[in-house]
Formats: sequence, structure tokens, C-alpha cells
Amino acid sequence: MNSSVVRVIPCLDVDKGRVVKGVNFVDLRDAGDPVEMAAIYDKQGADELVFLDITASSDGRETTVAMARAVAEQVFIPFTIGGGIRSVDDARMLLRAGADKVSVMSAAIARPELITEIATEFGSQCCVVAIDSRRSENTPSGFEVFTHGGRTPSGVDAIEWAARAEQLGAGEILLTSMDRDGTREGFDLPLTSAVSAVVNVPVVASGGVGGVADLAPAVIEGGADAVLAASIFHFGECTVADAKGALADAGVRVRPA
Amino acid sequence: MTKIAVLDYGIGNLRSAQKSLERAGAVASLTADPDEIAEADGVVLPGVGAFGACMAALHETRLAAEAHKAADSGRPFLGICVGMQLLYESSAETPGVDGLGILEGTVERLGEGVKHPQMQWNTLQVEMHPLTEGLDGEWMYFVHSYAAVPENAATVIARTDYGGPVVAAVAKNNVWATQFHPEKSADAGHRLITNWVNWVERVSQ
Repeated sequence: MNSSVVRVIPCLDVDKGRVVKGVNFVDLRDAGDPVEMAAIYDKQGADELVFLDITASSDGRETTVAMARAVAEQVFIPFTIGGGIRSVDDARMLLRAGADKVSVMSAAIARPELITEIATEFGSQCCVVAIDSRRSENTPSGFEVFTHGGRTPSGVDAIEWAARAEQLGAGEILLTSMDRDGTREGFDLPLTSAVSAVVNVPVVASGGVGGVADLAPAVIEGGADAVLAASIFHFGECTVADAKGALADAGVRVRPA
Repeated sequence: MTKIAVLDYGIGNLRSAQKSLERAGAVASLTADPDEIAEADGVVLPGVGAFGACMAALHETRLAAEAHKAADSGRPFLGICVGMQLLYESSAETPGVDGLGILEGTVERLGEGVKHPQMQWNTLQVEMHPLTEGLDGEWMYFVHSYAAVPENAATVIARTDYGGPVVAAVAKNNVWATQFHPEKSADAGHRLITNWVNWVERVSQ
């Protein structure tokens, strides 16, 4: 287990600047408004936020930039935007609009230099490399990177890629188990600990959280520095404070909510 | 209205710094215009990314000279994150590149045995100072692999612990700086920014 103060990070999927996928707070006026959602999580004591842009069309990019601007206007905790970032210019627009970090995935697998380009231009601290991993017989570690929303096998070993991403300039690894994503069975601990063992930058564990009891093992057994979850927060099953309480009870250091 | 100039030398997220100053009641502009900087009641030097890249950008935009002028003018000056590190003479991150040298000391890599960067919230242990008033034990957001080692330990007004004591904020005369990001540190950060804006207001009258 590491000595970090572990961050709790709600993740919001956005399409054309609107939050999608079953956000279900009773007191929300507009469940699709990313600013309102972000403000609620900020109040709950979230340490950071991640917005995953699932907008398919390229003309949707402008709305994502506008969303970053609107969020930065009212939310004073760090936030990351990921999805569809293919160039330094894409990254620049989002960072200038108020995002603190950008996360790259498919484009970095296709062209790993993108990581170095973003890290050189804006610093490693704002360059997150997202890795969607599935168990597979095609790679030495048994974990393979999948791209394009977890549909396309890349042939790249997930553990080797994490180590290489750090060398290329990644300041953080956002690690999602596609085997666990949506299952609510808990994080993939062997995957998380395998990645934590080969990198010295922070690792954010993602994929599979079914309840707050699932969070601490990612840190204690998996060595993660942060835990990311979506549905348990969105459906109002638990608050960020509940998540932090469970982590603290397990002996993990957190910023009190 | 208290006017703040945030030095804009083309780096990443400056908007959050601007917004947080506005939220504290100031009029804040992102600018590289020497006249606008000269007229401001207070000046903020933000910074993210590598020390060498930031120094190069400061020189390219001629803001290195403006930062010196502002600091020398006696007006309140606030460095944030790498903007704090740039105030020192040099950094182990980019050997051979001179910093602004407004403060005496160097910037060194964080200790071993901890992750680099420190990318997390951490608590402050503060000395008596208007900038950190009411913030002892409060949580701030840090993102950095290097930290200042001031020549004069009496300039340190806040420390945090990350594999050992780390300088979190300094103050020398009108030049104050934080290693953490107050503009990203929720209510505690808002308090610090408000402390600074109130100070700017008081001394500019």
C-alpha cells in the first residue's frame, strides 16, 4: 500500500456537452447539465472529476470545449477531459478552456509520440494516459489494451504499455478493466497491482465498483493512488462522503469530505 | 475594484486562476500587455509544466522582464505552482536554465520513496502570515515533482509533508507564492485567494 492521500473521483460521460447515462439524483433540476453535476460532486467532497467525452462526431468538439469553460467557471477542483483527443491542438483547446488534464487513449496507441508532444508542451502533470484493458491470451502479461470504447484489440500488452506511457511522458495512468466495467464485481486487483508495480506515476483504478466496500482493496492490494467510479455515485446509492468513510475505515488516508 | 493581472505566457489552464480571483471579488485579466500589467494593483504568475519550458515562454513573451518589474515595484505579487518555482534561481528539473532569481534559493526534486509527481490533496502547517491566515491544517491540491529550497528558511510560511517536509508557501516582502493550486483547492483555496485579494486591496489604497 502506498502513502498517498487517495483521491475519490466521480466520472461523468458526456455527449455533445451533456451528461448521459443514467444520472439519477432526486434533487437535480437538469440531470444532463455537467456544471450542475460537477458542482454537486464538488460539494460532496470529490477530489477531482473526470469527464469522458463520448461524442462521436468531430463537430461536437466545440461543445466539449464550451463545457470545459462552463465547468471551470463554477467548479474549483481539478478536472480531466478524455475522449477523442488526437493532437496537441485538441489538448490546448481544452486546457485553455479550463480543464486541468487531458486523457488520451486510442490516439496514443496509434501514435505514441502524442504523449510526449502533450507532455512537452503542457507538462506531464496534465497528460493522463487512459488504458482500457481486457484479459487476453495475446499478450505476455495476459492483459491487452483495447481501444475505441473497449471494442478493438490493439495487440499491445497493457502492463508494458503503462510503463512505456510513463517513459513517454504520462503523468498519470487511468486504468480501466473492461472485464469488470459495468459488472459491479469490484476492481480487477491483479491488473491494478501489476500496473502499479511498473510505474512511478499515480494510478487511477477504474471499472467494476459495485459499492463503497470495493474501493479500499484497489488501494491496499492494488496499490492505486485514486479510485474512479460512476454508477454508485450517479444513482444516488452513495455519496462521495460514504466512499471516503469506507476508505478511511479501512485505514486509507483521504481528504475528509 | 481591485485589478489583478494574471501573466499569460501561453501555458495551459490559466482560466481557473482568473475565475478564482474574480470569485474573491477582484477584476482579473489574462494579459501579456506591459501597460495593463503596470496598472494592475497585483500581479499573479501562474505556471504549469516544466521549469525550462515555462522560462523559455516567459522570455519569448517578454514577460520575464515584466515579472521582474512588477516584483520590484513593491506591488503584491503571487506565484502559483511552477510560477512559484520560476521565482528562484534555478531548478534541478532543467539544469543550466536560470530562473527569475527574484527569490534566493533553488528548486529540487522531491525526496525518494514517494511517487512523482505528488498529485493529491495534502494538509498545510502554516506560520503566521496574512496569506495563510485561518488555513492551518487545511487541505490543498498539489501537483508537482519539484519543490523550492529557499536560502532563507524564514521566508517559508507553509509546509506540507510528502516523504518529509516540503515547502508549500513562501513570502518575502511583497512577493508571495504557493506550491499548491489554491484555484483548484475548493473552499480552502478560495480562502487563500480571498486573503491575498484582501491584502492587495488594503495595500493599494
